[in-house]
Parts: sequence; structure tokens; C-alpha cells
Amino acid sequence: MTSSLNLWLIPVLPLAGAAINGLLGKRSSRTAVSIIGLFFSGAAFAWALSVAWRVSPAALPYPEYIAHWIRSGSFSADFALYLDQLSLIMLLVVTGVGFLIHIYSVGYMWDDPSYYRFFTYLNLFMFFMLTLVLANNYLLMFIGWEGVGLASYLLIGFWFTKDSAASAGKKAFIVNRIGDFGFLIGLFLIIQHFHSLNFTQVFEQVRPYTAEANGAGFLTAIGILLMVGACGKSAQIPLYVWLPDAMEGPTPVSALIHAATMVTAGVYMVSRSHMIFERAPIALTVVAVIGTLTALFAATIGITQTDIKKVLAYSTVSQLGYMFMACGVGAFSAGIFHLMTHAFFKGLLFLAAGSVIHAVGGEQDMRKMGGLRSYIPWTFLTMGIATLAIAGFPPFAGFWSKDEILWQAYSSPHGKVFWLIGLITAFITSFYMFRLLFMTFFGDYHGAQVDEHGHGSHGHGHDDHGHGEPHESPMVMLAPLMILALLSVIGGLVGIGNRFEHFLEPVFGSGVSEAAGEAASGFTEYLLMGISVVVALLGFGLAYLFYVSQPLLPQKIAASLNGFYTTILNKYYVDEIYAKLFVKPLLDGSTSILWQGVDRKVIDDTVNNAADGARHVSDEVRHMQSGNLRSYAGWIAAGSAVVIAYMIWMGVR
Amino acid sequence: MVPLSYYLVLSGILFACGVAGFLIKRNIITIFMSIELMLNGVNLSFVAFAAHWHALAGQIFVFFVMVVAAAEAAVGLAIIIAVYRTRETLNVDQVNLLKL
Repeated sequence: MTSSLNLWLIPVLPLAGAAINGLLGKRSSRTAVSIIGLFFSGAAFAWALSVAWRVSPAALPYPEYIAHWIRSGSFSADFALYLDQLSLIMLLVVTGVGFLIHIYSVGYMWDDPSYYRFFTYLNLFMFFMLTLVLANNYLLMFIGWEGVGLASYLLIGFWFTKDSAASAGKKAFIVNRIGDFGFLIGLFLIIQHFHSLNFTQVFEQVRPYTAEANGAGFLTAIGILLMVGACGKSAQIPLYVWLPDAMEGPTPVSALIHAATMVTAGVYMVSRSHMIFERAPIALTVVAVIGTLTALFAATIGITQTDIKKVLAYSTVSQLGYMFMACGVGAFSAGIFHLMTHAFFKGLLFLAAGSVIHAVGGEQDMRKMGGLRSYIPWTFLTMGIATLAIAGFPPFAGFWSKDEILWQAYSSPHGKVFWLIGLITAFITSFYMFRLLFMTFFGDYHGAQVDEHGHGSHGHGHDDHGHGEPHESPMVMLAPLMILALLSVIGGLVGIGNRFEHFLEPVFGSGVSEAAGEAASGFTEYLLMGISVVVALLGFGLAYLFYVSQPLLPQKIAASLNGFYTTILNKYYVDEIYAKLFVKPLLDGSTSILWQGVDRKVIDDTVNNAADGARHVSDEVRHMQSGNLRSYAGWIAAGSAVVIAYMIWMGVR
Repeated sequence: MVPLSYYLVLSGILFACGVAGFLIKRNIITIFMSIELMLNGVNLSFVAFAAHWHALAGQIFVFFVMVVAAAEAAVGLAIIIAVYRTRETLNVDQVNLLKL
């Protein structure tokens, strides 16, 4: 074993940054706040890199004990960290992308009055996310899990004076709570059966069970409940509704929390629990089905959205569905691979979108953009790279990971249908991403009048120096874009020859790649690769046709598909259905039963009636106190008579 | 020998007369006399008990009560005279200056 790696520093550094900025930031200058925010997140990244450098694969998994926390009978949960290949990758992604987004935020948020608050929350988020990733037991993981939920809530509602932002924050929190409920029950089941929440101990006890053994039905229950938790955090059907609304937050937040890191926590958790899922085939199928459906469903909504961030939000939901599909067919390492590349290109897409929004003065509606290519060439270039990456063009990062998932799905026993839906989704993804690119950067600029209207409603936190025409973002914002663009280009190359998979083998075991590793399948794999490239090209071509060469065509088609189009435009009315099905009954029940019934009729009336009764009684009784001495004497005499009568009565008996 | 209960019944009657007079009468002197009647009703029961149980404590108490009653009569009559001089009446219902 190597000498101590001091893993604890990685989460604690951002916490220190959050504490310093949170306590002193209000009175500090913006420069000081930025230095502290950047230093502590950067230091965490540097330390994570040094850990990755110093640790030898043989020393993994590496446990680190910090302090004991809960000791109750035979059950214990400690503040203890756990580093293996899986958490190492998550560690580098979170700290690396997180640090880049910190840098970007310096430029993006510079003019915001609550600048220090933003960095406090951002650092706090890093702390919780790293706790989640490094925890060695489910309980500590849950702390991080809830913590990132808190940070997400605070950041979605960062501009809390805006009503929509405040309620979007609440929505995210409440929907996540539903998922957390499932997660918690899953944890209770684990405690009941394994008397521990420690990863190593739980998995050691799970190991003897086999997927075929029917006696292990509780493993299925645990798996499904954990998946409910993952659905909440990672925005899967049916709990995905919060993520699109979460775009009310500042764009760097959307990039960091709602694209690159936090929303992937569910994927991480499912992968971390792969020992359980592998032994619960039904739960695994549930994961695959939910992931695949979400991928397709969200992608179709993405086609019709006109808000640039909303498109990216639905794209994120869709890509997360991809990751779950990978986990569901047992290809956990492919899921984590896609998680990593997705963090690069989706983080980049959001940051570039932020740069676009910055350039046009806070406008987010793509219909009011267009032709920005010449105004903001660097943003265009980086966003173009990210689009190519997400659409799955070789050799960009997204191609390798997406293809790996599709291949794994295809070669899994019942995976053909997953593969087909995944392929359709890939086509739609390519289409809507190029639609976004074309609407934003090609054609004519439609936003010249942007300064006359709509500025106040969207551009709350953005720079307010009135700009007649779009302008490129400062270097502090462009540099992270370029680094991420570079990663989006080369990030996928680590997957060539299954190197990524081999790296994760100590965690996931080699079983998953058995089907894929057969020598005879080489041709099929290349064929499938070719098909996905063709599909991506098709998406590109269709988008080019619709939004560059024949700009009037989309309207005609939309008109001819009238009902269907409006359904998708309104996001399948899911929000409305939820409102009718869950929110309204809850609201009505609360109003008529709990408020008017219980609170008014039972609690309030009890108190009021007690007071009324006291007043009525005293109304009668106070007549006794007339001030007439002889009536007092009469009362005394009567009272004595009663007492005497009583005593005689008792005495007789 | 007269039984104890006779004395007690007489004592009770005297006390009840006192109470009734106190409650019914309005003339302050009559009320005053009713109080004396109650006191003497109680005195009678004291004496009766003392004789019956051959315990002197009851008789001693009677002397105390008489002393206190004499003092009370002296003070009370002085007050009554003072009231009559200022209010020109002995009707208690008209002496209600302190009543709200």
C-alpha cells in the first residue's frame, strides 16, 4: 500500500473555499472572491491529479478512514473514503470539469450583485459531490446525495427574486425528494438484510447470490428502489420533469450541476451497486427500459424546443437515458465512459450556450438568434466541436462512448430492441443538435432589436453594458471552452481497444465484456459503427435541409403534423398530466381536508370553543361577585352548609 | 342529665338564627346582634362539649371568644355611631360607597 493519499483533502478543500467565501465574501472584492473560489476548486483538482498520479493500480481499492460516525450495536457507518478506478474517474471528471466551470463563471457572473454567493454555492456543491463520489458507505453517499440536491436547489433559485426561478428550485427539490424516498427505503432494505451500509461488506454478502436464484427477490426490490432514487437525481422517466425547469439557474450551473456532474450521480450510484444489479435481472431490465424510453422520449421533445438551454436540457435527459441503458444491459463501464465524455461535451455545450446568451445580451430564444457565426467565431468553433461530439461523428468523444453503448446493447441477450431505439435516438440527437447549431449560428441575425425588449426578463444576471451587436466573450470564458473542446475531441480515444473498459475491470469484473469480446463479432461491430455514423450524417443532413437550405420546410411539416407537433411542443403535456394527477389532488386534499377540515374544524375549533366556553361560564359566574357583602355572606353560609352536610353524610356512612 | 344532643341542637338553632338574621336584616345593629347570636351559639356548643368530655379547653375558648366579642362590640358600635353620624342611616344597603 502506498503511503497515505490524504483523500480527505479533496472534498474538504472546496468546503473551506465555500466557508471562507460564504463568511467573508460579502465584504471582499470580486477579485478576492474569485481567487478563493478558484484556488480551492483548483487545489482539489490538483490534489485529485496527484492522487491519480501517485496511486498504483495494485493499491486500489484504497480505503481511507477519517473518523467514526455512527456506531449502534452491530451497525456502523463511518466517515471513511474509498478510492477505486470508478471513483477515481468520477473524481477527475468532477474536479476537472468543475474547475473549468469555476474559471468560466468568473467571466460569466462578474456583473452579478451576488457574485460571492455564487462561488460559495459552487464550492459547496463541489464538496458534496466529492463526498458522494468518495464515500465508502451508502449513508455517507446519501449525505453527498442530499447535499448536491441542496446545492442544486440553491443554484437553480440563485436569482430568487424571479418567481419562475424560485419555483423551479422548489420543483427540483420536491421531485428529487420523491426519488430520495425510494433510495432511502432501498437503504433500509440493505440494512435489514446485510446489517451494513459499507460498500465492501454489502457486496461481499451479495456475492454468493446468483442471478438465477429465486430466493433473492429482495435484491430485485433493492435494485428497483435504488433506481427510483437514481431516476430522481438523474432525471429519468417519470421524475425527469425538474431538469428542464432547472435551466432557470445561471448557465454555468446548468453546465456543472445539471449536465456534467450531479445528474450523473444516479448513474454512478447504479454502477457502484452493480453487484446488486447484476444479481437482480428484473431490476436491471427496469433500468434498461427506463433509460431507453427516457432517451427517446426526451430526444423527441428536444426537437421542438426553441429555448437554447431547454434543448440542451432535454438532450441531457436523453443522454442520461443512454447511460442507464448501458447500465441496464450490464455494460457499466460503457455507461461510465459515456458519463465522462458527456461531461466534456455537454459541459462544453452549456458553456458555449452561455457564451451565446452572453453575446446576445441575455436572449435565450434561438428564433431571435441566427448568423452568429461571424460575430462569435470561437464560441461557434467550440460549440461546433461539441455538436459533432454529441451527434456521434468520429473521432469525437461522443462517437466512441455512444457506439460502445449501442454495441453493448446490441450484443446483450435481449438487447436488439434497445439498440434500435438507441439508434433512432442517436438520429434525433444529431438532428436537434444541428438544428440548434444552424438556428443559432447560420442564416441572418434576428436579434438586432434585442435591446429594446426582452432584455430585462432574461438578462437578469448578465452583463448590462448595452450592446448593439453580438460580441465575443472574454478570454476567461473562452479558455475553458477551448480546453473542453480539446477534451471533446480526444476524450473518446481512451476507449479505443476497450482500454477504458480494462481500466475499470477491477471494479466491474470482466464478465460484462464477454459477449462483446468474442473474436467473431469484429465485423458486426464495425458494421454497427458504420450504421451509427450514417445515422448521425442523416440527422445532420436533415437539419441542414430544414434549417439552412429550405428554412420554410419545418413550418409546413409542423403544420401538416398539427396535433402531433403541438403535443411534442408542449412536452407531451407531462407537466399538465402531473399537475392533474398528483399536484391538484394533493392541493385539493390539503385545502379541503387538512386545512378546512382538520386545521380549521378540529384544531382551531377546539381552541376557540375552549375559549368561548370559558367566557360563557365566567359570564354566569361573575354575577356572584356583586359587591353586596350580604350576598357574599350568603354564599359563605351556603358553602359551609354544603360542607357540613357532606361531612355529616360521610360521617353517617 | 340533659343529653349532649339537646345542647347541640339548641346551639345549631341559635347559629342558624344568627345566620338568617345576618342575611335577611338590613339594619346594621340587628346584623351586629345576629353576629353576637352566632358567636354565642358556638359558645354554647363549646361549653356543652367541655362538660360532656370533662375537658377544660372548651371553657377556656369560650372566655377567649367572649373577650374578643366584647372588643368587637366596642369597636363595632363605635363604627356604627360613626356611620350613622356621616350617613344618617343604619341601612347597610345604603352604605355602599366602596361598591363599583
